[in-house]
Amino acid sequence: MSQTNFSPWDDPNGKPLIRFDNVTKKFGEFVAIDGLTLDIYEREFFALLGPSGCGKTTMMRMLAGFENPTSGTMELAGKNIAGVPPNKRAVNMMFQSYALFPHLTVWDNIAFGLKRGGVPKQQIGTRVEEMLKLTRLTKFARRKPHQISGGQRQRVALARSLAKAPKLLLLDEPLGALDKKLRQDTQFELMDIQESTGTTFVIVTHDQEEAMTVASRVAVMDEGRIIQVATPDRIYEAPNSVYVADFIGDVNIIEGTVKPAGEDLYHIDWNPNQAPLLAASERPFSDGQTAHLAIRPEKITISTEQPVDAKNTAKGTVLDIAYLGNLSTYYVQLEGGQIVKAQTANTRRLSRRSITWEDQVWISWSATAGVLLDQ
Amino acid sequence: MNIRRFVLIAVPYAWLLALFFIPFFIVLKISLSDLALAIPPYSPTVKDGILNMLSAFDFENFTFLASDDLYWKAYLSSLKIALISTVLALLVGYPMAYGMARAPDEWRPTLMMLVILPFWTSFLIRVYAWVGILSNEGLLNQLLLWVGWIDAPLAIMNTTTAVYIGIVYTYLPFMILPIYAALDRLDESLIEAAEDLGCSRTTAFWLVTVPLSRNGIIAGCFLVFIPALGEFVIPSLLGGSGTLMIGKVLFEEFFNNRDWPVASAVAVVLLLILIVPITLFQRNQQRQAEADT
Repeated sequence: MSQTNFSPWDDPNGKPLIRFDNVTKKFGEFVAIDGLTLDIYEREFFALLGPSGCGKTTMMRMLAGFENPTSGTMELAGKNIAGVPPNKRAVNMMFQSYALFPHLTVWDNIAFGLKRGGVPKQQIGTRVEEMLKLTRLTKFARRKPHQISGGQRQRVALARSLAKAPKLLLLDEPLGALDKKLRQDTQFELMDIQESTGTTFVIVTHDQEEAMTVASRVAVMDEGRIIQVATPDRIYEAPNSVYVADFIGDVNIIEGTVKPAGEDLYHIDWNPNQAPLLAASERPFSDGQTAHLAIRPEKITISTEQPVDAKNTAKGTVLDIAYLGNLSTYYVQLEGGQIVKAQTANTRRLSRRSITWEDQVWISWSATAGVLLDQ
Repeated sequence: MNIRRFVLIAVPYAWLLALFFIPFFIVLKISLSDLALAIPPYSPTVKDGILNMLSAFDFENFTFLASDDLYWKAYLSSLKIALISTVLALLVGYPMAYGMARAPDEWRPTLMMLVILPFWTSFLIRVYAWVGILSNEGLLNQLLLWVGWIDAPLAIMNTTTAVYIGIVYTYLPFMILPIYAALDRLDESLIEAAEDLGCSRTTAFWLVTVPLSRNGIIAGCFLVFIPALGEFVIPSLLGGSGTLMIGKVLFEEFFNNRDWPVASAVAVVLLLILIVPITLFQRNQQRQAEADT
């Protein structure tokens, strides 16, 4: 698959399609985007992820041309686009509300942008049919938006924004209005369409699972800044801060003081009653520095007997069990009072589960299971 | 059938019967009778016996309306004045409604209040006020003379222009309110989507804003056109003798000539003419209600 080798951001000579250079956007006194620098490459599926009010929508609206940066430069394919109105940009947007024209049919909605571009009539027809086929809407071409379902409306919005073959497609919470099952199907559809059209997609979402599924890279934002930009696996496995680790997925954070214990290895004193933890880290820490060890629940093993060869072990009591069907999360209270989440796949039926409430258990993990973070 | 439901439905029907159908049939009956020097000034009446009365009915008054060109000229002139006034009211009202819908949220109640405020004063007094503004020694002419834009006072009073001004002024709120309601509901992101797809602000307005406020425009036009067609007060106070409108003819026929049968015939024909736009208006409202659900 081409996806495995696709990493233009690692190429030092690679030219980004979009370049944000120290962009700041203020609304009166409020700083929505704070000195943001970011490169997005051609054919990328780039996700802007963050809680509401983090500035991701403002960033998208600046790309579309509805807002202009207060300072800094924004380039699209090497050209500064600050001040260029939305109708003069090779950028199209799929709106969160879809913004379909209620007085036009599906066909006319899709043709709307093409008709504005001075495309010959016959080509408009061919292009619209192509888009209808791509989004499996051919049967609904003559219907008005209020006569089709939510999922179909979402596809009309996508077809309409893709019809002009933009260099860049912006998607504002594109799946937010769909129910979970449909959302999952649509995620894969979006990826397929992105791949087959070769368009650069920038998606705004607050759903971390969605961002992880669709994106080639994810930017985690908070309060107008980008905290980390990386591929989904790097974001998950190697977050650069407690904020990112906590925002993406489930995590246990253990705070302690660091003591070097060999090359790229550190001991963490976290509880006077417990043995120090051992963690590997490429990032250097100094002796006595405060650090946070972030460990995903699924990387912690839970057992009824003390494991012999584990680097990190701790004894505790099962406080609670969250049964999720395919997985179970055990909330284990350690002897120091701290609660650690450990997750196991339910490969056996529930009735044959060996661990239950109030059981004495041992949790363990390897030295490389967690990530040591300084902030 | 449930008694309560029957009563509930009966109330509006009784209202309609008492205030529309009964008066209408009385007018229709008078229009079919002849002028007489009596009280009431027509014959036959119910006192002559129902059968005698029915057999004496004829369409003489209606054929008279068709033969005398005063009447159909008045009808045509009324249609023309109502039509032009409607277009003028639309041209003035649409930008006002648009401005209101685009105004900051905290301004809107105030702007809405300003549109409705004239209704707090009697319509008649407001039309009289226009006499004070438009007459030769009126405020408008004094102002223009003082500024030096004109040398002699403009003769606006007692012309059709004054009637247009009066009608547009009086019925403007009826134009603004339905258009404002339509524009207020318009989703801002539709305009942004149009711009995103290559429209300039102006084309986005014509291709999205106007079609989506169409129902408001239609409703506003009917609400101005229908009362303007039978308008009597404005042409008689502002229009002078040169303005021919059917409402004025009706009034003169009734009170000056005391020819009740012909006046009634004029009224019946006016009603028949009005049925067309009223039906169209109702259909528009119904379609809008369907589109909303």
